[in-house]
Amino acid sequence: MKSLANLSQRTWWIVGGVLVVVAALLPLLNLSIPGVLPGATYTPGTLQLLALALLFASLALSYHLLFGTAGMLSFGHALYFALGAYGLGIVLQQTELTLIPALGLTLAVVIAAAYLLGSLSLRVTGISFAMVTLAFAQAGNVLVRRNPGLTGGEEGLRLDTEHIPDFFIGVVNTRNLYWLSLALLVVVFVVVAWFENSRAGHAVTATRENELRVRVLGLRPFGVKLMAFVIASVLASLVGMVHLLLQSGTTPRATSADFTLTILVIVVLGGVGSRWGAIVGGIIYTLLDQRLTALASSDAIDGLPAILRIPLSEPLFILGTLFILVVLFLPGGIAGAVKRLSTGTSATPSERKLLEEAE
Amino acid sequence: MSTIILLLITGLGLGALYFLVASGLSLIYGLMGVLNFAHGSFLTLGAFAGWELSRRMGGESWGTLIASMLLGMVVGAAVAAATEFLLIRRLYNRHIEQVLVTVGLALATVALFEGIWGTDPIYVTAPPWLSQTTEILGARVPNDRFLMIGAAVLVLLGIVAFLRYTRFGLIIRAGVENRSMVTALGIDVRKAFTVVFAIGGAAAGLGGVLASHYFGYVSPQLGGSLLIFAFIVTVIGGLGSLAGAAIASVVVAILQQFANYFWGGTGDLMVVLLLAVVLLVRPTGILGKKA
Amino acid sequence: MTNSVTESILTVAGLNASIEGQQVVEDVSFEMLPVGVTALLGRNGVGKTSTLRAIMGLIERSGEVTIAGERVDREPTHRIVQRGVGYVPEDREVFASLTVNENLRLAERDSTPNRQLIEELFPDLIARAGQLAGTLSGGQQQMVSLARALVNDNRVLLVDEPTKGLAPLIVMDVAKALERAAQTVPVLLVEQNLQVVRMLADKAIVLEGGRVVYDGSAEELLGNEALTKELLGVA
Repeated sequence: MKSLANLSQRTWWIVGGVLVVVAALLPLLNLSIPGVLPGATYTPGTLQLLALALLFASLALSYHLLFGTAGMLSFGHALYFALGAYGLGIVLQQTELTLIPALGLTLAVVIAAAYLLGSLSLRVTGISFAMVTLAFAQAGNVLVRRNPGLTGGEEGLRLDTEHIPDFFIGVVNTRNLYWLSLALLVVVFVVVAWFENSRAGHAVTATRENELRVRVLGLRPFGVKLMAFVIASVLASLVGMVHLLLQSGTTPRATSADFTLTILVIVVLGGVGSRWGAIVGGIIYTLLDQRLTALASSDAIDGLPAILRIPLSEPLFILGTLFILVVLFLPGGIAGAVKRLSTGTSATPSERKLLEEAE
Repeated sequence: MSTIILLLITGLGLGALYFLVASGLSLIYGLMGVLNFAHGSFLTLGAFAGWELSRRMGGESWGTLIASMLLGMVVGAAVAAATEFLLIRRLYNRHIEQVLVTVGLALATVALFEGIWGTDPIYVTAPPWLSQTTEILGARVPNDRFLMIGAAVLVLLGIVAFLRYTRFGLIIRAGVENRSMVTALGIDVRKAFTVVFAIGGAAAGLGGVLASHYFGYVSPQLGGSLLIFAFIVTVIGGLGSLAGAAIASVVVAILQQFANYFWGGTGDLMVVLLLAVVLLVRPTGILGKKA
Repeated sequence: MTNSVTESILTVAGLNASIEGQQVVEDVSFEMLPVGVTALLGRNGVGKTSTLRAIMGLIERSGEVTIAGERVDREPTHRIVQRGVGYVPEDREVFASLTVNENLRLAERDSTPNRQLIEELFPDLIARAGQLAGTLSGGQQQMVSLARALVNDNRVLLVDEPTKGLAPLIVMDVAKALERAAQTVPVLLVEQNLQVVRMLADKAIVLEGGRVVYDGSAEELLGNEALTKELLGVA
């Protein structure tokens, strides 16, 4: 049997293409997976959940570019997601612009912000970089909470639908938003893959492994790192914008440190350094989160003694514990485990090393 | 003038809280290279432990307050040492994974606290003196500020004495500078890891009890909100530097108080701005060693 | 278990080591004399320092390292040291923010440290006991680094370029201290200064490209100008 690992790059793209086609057909099919999906695949509730899963997959991919490829451990990636969501929401509310120009304006703001904050943060590396990005994201969180006139404060911002095309509005059109999310995932995947295989992408990977060697070769690590940072931020902001449309609004949670940590959890669950891992992680996380929340309020849990009921009724407790177990016992996350199963090896030093180098 | 005095002393009180969190973070990072996201949970757990005690013993007595502070320290130290021993140690020298484990622990424990104590703030009772004020140069300063400052100064002196006069302290100081050379002198530096976690956890647990009196309540989010400022303090002060953490705690907290009062509640933003300026001018922080 | 009379104090067999995935020591094997000084030589960057670091467990390594008949290649650094290995690293690595006395106290493993020997060899250090090691001169720092190793009773000393960057007069001081130390404990010495090697070494091992290319008498090697030039690039 030909093992998974031996499949060529091209075969993978074909498999991916088939998966996209299947995913695109889901809203037209009547498939049910009890226990995983809340209903048949054509129902708006399920499509909403699936679209959310695709968005989280995209967001995880954008973070993969930052952390897995470029080795930058950011604790502020949520800021750019929020900038997309809040930016678009505010532009739509405060101006007469229609969706596409509003999107363009928001993107311009995001690029400027990512460039500025990226150049500042990249003056330091490693853990200091992580903390600086965390601090900037925290400032964003404060700004959102302190300006309820513009952002809706703690209540969150509702989507102003006046200038939005009708086919993106209302429950019956959930499938359009689903397709939009799917299209975005494809775009993000292609951009990330393109960047990783570009000259700049190779340079940034080399920088992760050995910054000194890159300098000796006459490349500027700062430039390629900043480029990766800005691209990842723009992609995250696009996800934020579609998320705004899908959820008809956004909340301050999008700006919180917890949200960035969630993205980090997804990428690590999926497998650091693997594009497929990030996607699978995003989808599994979303479904798990939804299922665990349903489980938490179920009768089965309610009947348990307190010592079991309290932890099990907290989805984040279960996810956090799961995450710890993956980091301790499953280096390389889901992608790493699949690879080991398919190649029959148990050696993991390369995956361990990848995490080490990311410092 | 009285406003300035009030802001200064309140800033010192808040700075004391920051220091109680940042001192542990900085020591742990300095020695082990671990950025401990679970540190906020040590603080929160200390605060809840203190509250549970005062709820049973009657919060108004001084004896309860002191007992709850001690309990907070013990709980913080025990949980921190257990964290190091059970989770961090397994990932020896794999710094990113160590950070990830503390992230997972932070998420899981906050959720667990919410499950146990609920998400709403729980108001705490304290000896009446703490909520009274003392007049200093015309300013009416709430007394709890003095408790914070006094406790933080004691902790600072205690840690300094520990580092200077004990063999573990010697190992920790040497390890912060050059850990592999410490092992090359035949010393099992991992024992010192548990010790710094315990010290950091004790300071954070004490900080939790004090924070519950400063803010007037406990909640599962208490630690997380202080942790972010403690991170900023640690970076500004210089990762691994105890003195840097002390100075930066005071500077950050006072700046925050003044900006909140004079520049329309911009304290948090000013702190982030200060961080940006420090990184531009001096990326290693005030007293950080060269990277 | 072999008979300990003929047994070498330190044996390295098929040692490989890598730093950040790059192999820096390749299949190195040698034995150290049970007494006196064994010099580990080679041009710059051939892996001498890495070999010492690999023996100490400070970098990723595989292969066999035996100390007094016992395998230590899977042990952590501090255990290896506790077996009686004194290590004087390249660039001295004194703790700059600690005093001279604290540097020594940190190194003391035995209940009865050889303070007397230190006083005898480095009287200057005793006078500067309270000074921060970071404020010492290079030569004085080297004394601290040597003293940290000599303060315990070791079975073997690994000394990495102790005379690097020192003034000629200090070089002689260091060499004399080593000569004195070598009377009681075997020394594995990495050294660029061939004059010092001539003065101290009984046996020489030469590395090239991470491998052993010469293993024999130090006198023979250094007496043969052509061979010295070929292996070490200097006369």
